[in-house]
Amino acid sequence: MSKQTIFDKIWARHVVHDVPEGPSVLYIDRHFIHEVTSPQAFGGLKKRGAFVFRPEKTIATADHNVPTVDQHLTIQEELSRVQVEKLKQNCHENNITLYGLNHPFNGIVHVIGPELGITQPGMTIVCGDSHTSTHGAFGSIAFGIGTSEVEMVLSSQCLMQTKPKRMRINIDGRLGKGVLSKDIILYIISKISTGGATGYFVEYAGSAIRNLSMEARMTICNMSIEMGARGGLIAPDDVTFDYMRGREFSPRDDQWERMLEYWKTLPSDPDAEFDKELFFKAEEIEPMITYGTNPGMGTGITGRIPLIEEVDPSSRASYKKSMDYMDFSPGDPLTGKKVDYVFVGSCTNGRIEDLRDFADFVKGRKKSADVEVWIVPGSRQVEKQADEEGIKQVLEDAGFEIRQPGCSACLAMNEDKIPEGKYAVSTSNRNFEGRQGPGARTMLASPLTAAAAAITGKVTDPRTLL
Amino acid sequence: MPIEKFSTLVSKCVPLPIENVDTDQIIPARFLKATTREGFGANLFRDWRYDKTGKPKEDFVLNSKRYSGHILVAGKNFGSGSSREHAAWAIKDYGFKVVVSSFFADIFKNNALNNGLLTVQVSDLFLEKMFVRTESDPSTEVKVDLENQKISLLPGGPEDIFEISQYKKKCLINGYDDIDYLLSLKNKIIEWEKNTLS
Ligand code: SF4
Repeated sequence: MSKQTIFDKIWARHVVHDVPEGPSVLYIDRHFIHEVTSPQAFGGLKKRGAFVFRPEKTIATADHNVPTVDQHLTIQEELSRVQVEKLKQNCHENNITLYGLNHPFNGIVHVIGPELGITQPGMTIVCGDSHTSTHGAFGSIAFGIGTSEVEMVLSSQCLMQTKPKRMRINIDGRLGKGVLSKDIILYIISKISTGGATGYFVEYAGSAIRNLSMEARMTICNMSIEMGARGGLIAPDDVTFDYMRGREFSPRDDQWERMLEYWKTLPSDPDAEFDKELFFKAEEIEPMITYGTNPGMGTGITGRIPLIEEVDPSSRASYKKSMDYMDFSPGDPLTGKKVDYVFVGSCTNGRIEDLRDFADFVKGRKKSADVEVWIVPGSRQVEKQADEEGIKQVLEDAGFEIRQPGCSACLAMNEDKIPEGKYAVSTSNRNFEGRQGPGARTMLASPLTAAAAAITGKVTDPRTLL
Repeated sequence: MPIEKFSTLVSKCVPLPIENVDTDQIIPARFLKATTREGFGANLFRDWRYDKTGKPKEDFVLNSKRYSGHILVAGKNFGSGSSREHAAWAIKDYGFKVVVSSFFADIFKNNALNNGLLTVQVSDLFLEKMFVRTESDPSTEVKVDLENQKISLLPGGPEDIFEISQYKKKCLINGYDDIDYLLSLKNKIIEWEKNTLS
């Protein structure tokens, strides 16, 4: 059948059953779990007397609620320790592979899936975490689910899903110097708002996307949820295949060849139809930074915070609340604002390329004495590679240290909390009130913009220092 | 396992006219450390509801004596952000049975419905009317009629019609849960695996 989008092709292949006047029963190829959103699902399963149907298709890691120092010691905080131990017990009882703390494959769930080759094109992938959309960068249908849905997948390897509408976002042209993929996605969200893609599954396309590395593509797909989309994906191509070849769980030999044949059939047909299509020019994108309390409240770094008159009348009350929280004044420029903390990490920008970008920038410079900087690799493998490549050394020479992997200040469930009232430039994905700690004020940006802030102690256009 | 059945509810409501209420506000991450589903209501809207010392903030609606009821009415794009189902649990645990907004984030909506918490999506105009009316008269009652997919301010309207998947509607009215349904399909799933995965 022609005229199908990549989304349509993968979806159709995974429908087990269509409920009359209802959702589809969708088969799930890969299920990732972690300590925070899974215990109640295992609890529910037990209560029902049900069991894990396909344990080999679920992979577990401990990431959300783990310390980023002294991981070899017992977790100090009791509730966190209980949660991590509960995961261990649940995995053990149900024959599920766990890459727990101190395992060489441990790390943030959306970092380890791709780096281990578990994430593959054409798959359906879910996890009880909204940034599961990250895996869409490989050309898969990947999306976040709630705990009841985790229980559904554990018990039946299926989910009840209503097919979302399809949107394609095209970004063509060449990115300017100092502009990273994080800036592309922050730019798109600032244009279409945090609800702009609700009800849609997004395909990212266009020459600017094709020219991105795999890791940069993951950053884009990762933040699809921040515009409300169910997920986001990018058709697989040679960049994808080159990245995957030889990874721990990637197919090998004959099987690789067979899968490759299939993967190559996935891209949307030339005449495929989308419910909505948007177009952006890469040249118009600057390094981005957010000034408010949702990821859509962002601007080019040389821009200023909108005046109240520029905000839609119905949104003005929420806008004022947001400005009060950030203690920013409408009309203010962003550059020059004081920065107290810098956080580099998360499933958005905690991969090796992100650390490379940061390290290249700070090489030969010195960390500002006024800023506290937390650099948290996305996984043990990233940590190891950073050491082997000499990134760790470069960072140390510039006055920085690398912590141990985990979600850390991205959601501030562990000890890594930005103190109340302090300003953080953060490479993570959410600037909600209190996201990085009660009262913390977050400005989202790319690893380069984070590096510029770490050196100068202020919001700084990284291009002025390149 | 059955979920709580829902057919019709008449109740006063609690207005929260803020847009883009994300699940980090509904239940901050530091309260997600429990391994059961109960008790999250105590920390619902924690940082809006209490100050640092744990004292209730008087200007927050949940602490206001003016408002009570089982219906939470919130600004558009409610429940965005994290997929944490704890947000739906917290709202339900607090005592709400319905959330009304002019727009819901997808995952939140699914999570809510999976827990028998009804999400009612109304027009922007109707939402505005609800806010205005409850502001001037907090004793206003609202009727939510799931069978007829109708929500009305009592007495005398106005009213609005809301959409819901017919499958989900049936589940809520009868108290069915998706997992029971999926478990009943096991043979079909095994059959599908045989045909597709080999
Ligand atoms: S890094 Fe942040 S967004 Fe990513 S999985 Fe962890 S908590 Fe979720």
